[in-house]
Amino acid sequence: MILIKNVRLVDALGERGPADVLIGEGRILSLEGGDAPQVVEGRGLFLAPGFLDLHAHLREPGEEVKEDLATGLQAAVRGGYTDLVSMPNTKPPVDTPEAVGALKEKAARLGLARLHPAAALTQGQEGLRLTEAGLLKAAGAALLTDDGRTNEDAGVLALGLIQAAPLGLPVAVHAEDASLRRGGVMNDGRLADLLGLPGNPPEAEAARIARDLEVLRYALRRSPVPPRLHVQHLSTRRGLELLREAKRAGLPVTAEATPHHLTLTEEGLRGFDPLFKVAPPLRTQEDREALLEGLLDGTLDAIATDHAPHTLAEKEQDLLRAPFGIPSLEVAFPLLYTELHQKRGLPLPRLVALFTDGPRKVLGLPPLHLVEGAEASLVLLSPQERPVDPSRFASKARFSPWAGALLGGWPVLTLVAGRVVHQALEP
Amino acid sequence: MRHLLDFGGWTRQEVESLLDTAKVMAEVLQRPVKKVPALQGFTVATVFFEPSTRTRLSFELAARRMSADVVSFTAQTSSLQKGESYKDTLLTLEAMGVDAYVIRADAAGVPHQATRWVKGVVVNGGDGRRAHPTQALLDAYTLLEALGSLEGKKIAIVGDILHSRVARSNAELLPLLGAEVWCAGPPSLLPQALPGARLTPSLEEALAEADAVMVLRLQRERMEAGLVNLQDYIAHYQVTEARLRRAKPQAPLLHPGPMNRDVELEGTLADSERSLVARQVQNGVAVRMAVLYHLLVGKERA
Repeated sequence: MILIKNVRLVDALGERGPADVLIGEGRILSLEGGDAPQVVEGRGLFLAPGFLDLHAHLREPGEEVKEDLATGLQAAVRGGYTDLVSMPNTKPPVDTPEAVGALKEKAARLGLARLHPAAALTQGQEGLRLTEAGLLKAAGAALLTDDGRTNEDAGVLALGLIQAAPLGLPVAVHAEDASLRRGGVMNDGRLADLLGLPGNPPEAEAARIARDLEVLRYALRRSPVPPRLHVQHLSTRRGLELLREAKRAGLPVTAEATPHHLTLTEEGLRGFDPLFKVAPPLRTQEDREALLEGLLDGTLDAIATDHAPHTLAEKEQDLLRAPFGIPSLEVAFPLLYTELHQKRGLPLPRLVALFTDGPRKVLGLPPLHLVEGAEASLVLLSPQERPVDPSRFASKARFSPWAGALLGGWPVLTLVAGRVVHQALEP
Repeated sequence: MRHLLDFGGWTRQEVESLLDTAKVMAEVLQRPVKKVPALQGFTVATVFFEPSTRTRLSFELAARRMSADVVSFTAQTSSLQKGESYKDTLLTLEAMGVDAYVIRADAAGVPHQATRWVKGVVVNGGDGRRAHPTQALLDAYTLLEALGSLEGKKIAIVGDILHSRVARSNAELLPLLGAEVWCAGPPSLLPQALPGARLTPSLEEALAEADAVMVLRLQRERMEAGLVNLQDYIAHYQVTEARLRRAKPQAPLLHPGPMNRDVELEGTLADSERSLVARQVQNGVAVRMAVLYHLLVGKERA
C-alpha cells in the first residue's frame, strides 16, 4: 500500500485536488487518504494516469547494440510510461505469433512498463503477403504496421485493414510516398536547397495520406466491421488538413505526432547536425504550428515518441549516411510540459490526455482516470526544472537534440498496476 | 573564423585581401624555384572521402609550394559504408599532428561537422551539393584577371544548378565582388532559390549581355535518375558558338572541369581563345596557397 498525500490530480477529465491517494491491490483505493506503510509527500507534485507510447523502437531482436527490451522499458518507466507499443521493424521483423509471444514473455519477466508489441502487417515487412492477424492478436499483438516501410501496394493495405477489423486491431501506416521522397534526408524547400541536401517534400506525406484515406473508405465499404486506420508521426500542415476533413466525414482514422515534430523545425539542421535527422523530416514552423492546432482541436489523438535509438557512432556520420531518429522516451513528457503547456498554454489535462486516453483509444483500450477503483498505473510528476542530461539516459542511445535544455514535468514515481517501477523522489 | 567552409558572413574586403595574397602566390609560381618557406613546420592533410584528382593535386601542390608537409587520405565511398567513420579518420590524422584538413566529401556538411571534431583548421574541398569555396575563389580570381573588375558584371552559370556546389559557392562569392549572377538550367535541375543568384530556365535570358559564362558539367547520374534527357539538354542548354553571340563579344568561358565535350558545351569552344579553363587550373594552385597561408599563418579569416 502506498499513500500519496496532498497531490494535485490531472487526467483527461481535468485538474483537481489536492487529494490523498491510497493505492493497494493494484488499484486506487481512495482519494481521501488512509493508512499505508509507504507515504509519499505529494505537495507541489501532480499525479496523472500512466502514459502509453504508441510508437517506440526497442530494437530487439537483432539490434540490441542500439537498445534492448531491458534498457528500452527502463527508459519508458523513467519517462512515465506504464505501457508501450514496440515497432516490428527489428532484424528480423516481428511478423510471427512466436516472435510476438517471445517479446511479451520477456517484457513481463522484466517487470517494467507493459509491452504491447506491434506486429508487421505483411510478411517480412515486404508489403506483399499479409501476416496472420488472428494468431498475432492471440499472441498479444496490439496493432499491425509495416512502420519504417511504406505500404506501396494499396490493395494489400486494404485487405490488411479488412482482415484486422473484426479482431479489433488497428493498422498503423508510415504515410509517405516513397517515389516522391526519393533520397530525401530533410524537409524539401529553400533550406534544403541552401544546405545542398536532398529534400523530402511535404507532399510525399500528404499524397500518401490522401491515398490511404481512400483505401480506408474502400475497406470500410467492404468490411462488415469498421476497420481502423492509424496515421503515424504526422509532420505536415497539409497532412493534418486531410485528416481533419476525414475525421469530420466520420472516417475511423486516428493520428499521432511526435515530440520532435511538435518542438523542432528544419532549422535544427542548419549546423549539419545529424541528431536532427528524422523520418519524416522536421518541417517548417508553419507545419509545426499546424500540428499544435491539431493537438487542440482533436485532429491529433496522441503524442507518440517514435523513440528511435541508434549508436552514437552511427549518428556521427554525415547527413546522407546517419540513420534517422531521436531517442525520446525519457524526455517526451517534460519536453512537452515545458514547451507546450508552460510556454504555449496547452491545457495540462489536454496534454495528459494525449499521453493517456488518446493513445489508449487508438488501441481500443478504455480511458484511464484518477477515480476510486481505477487501475493504479500512475505517474507522479514534478514541475521542478532540471536540464536534460543524455549521459544519464537509461536508453542505450545517449544523445539528444535537447541536451542541456531546462525542463520541468519530470516523472519522479511510476507505478504499473500499483507496483513501483521507477522512483526518483528527493529523499 | 578559423576555417573556410563557405562564404557565409564574409565581407568584400576579406575576399579582396585573400585574392591579393593569391596574386603574390601567383608570382611565386612564376619563379624558377617555385617554393617558399611560408608553411614550413605545418602539416596539411588532404582528406578526400570522395574521389577527386585535380582538386586534391592542386591543394597538395599548393601546400608543398609553401614547404608544408603533406599527408593524403583517399577513400572510396564504399569503404565508408563498410563502417569506417569520417570522425575516426580525422581523429587519427589529428593524433599524427595535422594542422590543416582539406576535406572533400559527397555529403553536404562534412567539413562543418569536422570542425566539431578536430582542433586544426578545416578547408572545404567540396562537400556534396553544398559548397566548393576554393573553386569559387579561383573562378573569381580568373574572372578578375580577364575582366579587371566584377563590379556590375553579369556572370551566367549554365547547367545543373541544383546539384552544383560550384554554382552555390559562386552565387555566394561573386556578388560580394559586385557581380550579378544568373543561373540557368532545365527546370528539374534548378533549386527553388539560391541566395545571391537569379534563376531562370531560359539559357537565352541568362546569356543576354553576359560578361562571362561559366558552364557546369552535366552528370550522367542525373540522366539516369530521369531528371533530364540528354538530347533535350543538348538541344536547349548546350553552350554553342551561336548561342554565345547573345553574350558580350569575347565574353570568356569558364568550366570547373572535367568537361563533357559536346554535351554541356560545343567541343570546339573548349579550345577557343575564349576558354579560360587552363587558366582556372593554373590559378587554382595560387588561390589555394593563399587560403592555406591565411588560415595557418595569418590566423585570421582570409
